[in-house]
Amino acid sequence: MSTIYQFLYETTDVSRFAIRFFRDGLKPPYEIEEIIRQSYVIGYKSLPLVGITSFIMGLVLTIQSRPTLVEFGAESWLPSMVGISIIREIGPVITALICAGKIGSSIGAELGSMKVTEQIDAMEVSGTNPFKFLVATRIIATTLMLPILAIMSDAIGIYGSYLAVNIKDTVSFPLFYNQVFTSLSFGDIIPSVAKTFFFGFAIGLIGCYKGYHSDKGTQGVGRSANSAVVISSLLVFIIDLIAVQIADLFYEL
Amino acid sequence: MATPVLEDTKERQVPAVEIIDLKKSFGNNHVLKGFNLTIQPHENVAVLGKSGSGKSVLIKCIVGLIRPDAGEIRVFGQDVVNLDRQELDEVRSRIGFLFQSNALYDSLTVRENLEFPMRRLRLKKTKAQVDQMVHEALSSVGLPNVQDLMPSSLSGGMKKRIGLARTLIMEPRIILYDEPTTGLDPITSKEIANLMNDVHQKYNTSSIVISHDMSCIKRTAHRIVVLNEGIDYLQGNYEELEKSKDEIVRSFFL
Repeated sequence: MSTIYQFLYETTDVSRFAIRFFRDGLKPPYEIEEIIRQSYVIGYKSLPLVGITSFIMGLVLTIQSRPTLVEFGAESWLPSMVGISIIREIGPVITALICAGKIGSSIGAELGSMKVTEQIDAMEVSGTNPFKFLVATRIIATTLMLPILAIMSDAIGIYGSYLAVNIKDTVSFPLFYNQVFTSLSFGDIIPSVAKTFFFGFAIGLIGCYKGYHSDKGTQGVGRSANSAVVISSLLVFIIDLIAVQIADLFYEL
Repeated sequence: MATPVLEDTKERQVPAVEIIDLKKSFGNNHVLKGFNLTIQPHENVAVLGKSGSGKSVLIKCIVGLIRPDAGEIRVFGQDVVNLDRQELDEVRSRIGFLFQSNALYDSLTVRENLEFPMRRLRLKKTKAQVDQMVHEALSSVGLPNVQDLMPSSLSGGMKKRIGLARTLIMEPRIILYDEPTTGLDPITSKEIANLMNDVHQKYNTSSIVISHDMSCIKRTAHRIVVLNEGIDYLQGNYEELEKSKDEIVRSFFL
């Protein structure tokens, strides 16, 4: 019973936190400088990890799918199949999961440690609204950076796939990309990009919520970082499930 | 930084801080049960009490970090409990708060730590003016050459001094010290206490000192208020309380 109560309590509290973001966090004056700094940290600094993972995913997916397609004599469909898989699902979800791990934990730990060392209180006392300066800027940065990272992840993943195809066959780069993009429609691209905004929002929101409400002590900071990763990863899948249903209504996937 | 003068006659006439029947509970834990305190301009008051008696809650209520359940808190005549955010920020600009943990922003250099409150309050200062203010605040605490260091590379006493410099840069009228000498060796504690006195003289401030360190209190406080069972149990100067026969008061002098 207490677990259910705890779940409902926390869900309500996160919702209040999100409402506070829309009510207070988006009001002027805007912390543009801090948003740019956070975008750099969240976006640019995550790019190598996202890039390497996407490249390997594209490579592995192609190598593992090829034998099955060869069995059915559908080897020529490989670029289309891999392209659709990466653009629709693998690129956005893998990017979001990597960011949930890297960014979610870092935001949770950073804000948690600021909370326990009274830095957030110090900010408040010095006339700064810590919610706007620390929380709103990070949520805005994750919401804006996730789509960009996901698009880059798609491109790098497809390039990985192109290299994998060339291990066994010889396909020119323009031909490969032509086959990938011929098979794609707006129904593949728009929902997959749109959902990454929600992934980014969820990762930023949960990381900030957990850090901002961290318990006192080092254990509290550790718990904040850990639960930020677990909950935001779970939310990524839930949002993905909802996004697929909604996209299906509009584009008949 | 020029030595500030009282801004208007109103500040001279009203108490710096006036706390009337302050109550605060956390669940069933009734921390403050009707606390009263008045601090005159240029007066240093120490609040003495056992751990968990609500001393830190008291000063966090004054600066608006914790909202009391009942009672009034007036800072230069202005009731801080019922102010909106903008008005509260205005009052906060006249209050300095030295945190027990120093609360220096550990991702910023010493200089950026000092600039932060000015940047946030969007004061119209030129870079040269800011440089001058930072230099003077650091000189006031005896550390003019640490601007580019990170807080992690400073000793406990230096962090405390930088925390005080960050407070001074906004030229506060009241400074709240939360356990200013906790965790410091006796020599550094003495230096910090002397520094608090220097600041009091130079910047003409009132202050509330929360501390268990009787030597620090002896050096800095004009008056001591004993907080016990959530109320202002007893008050007097150091010599008066030292002679007190009251068991609770005596326990602090053992």
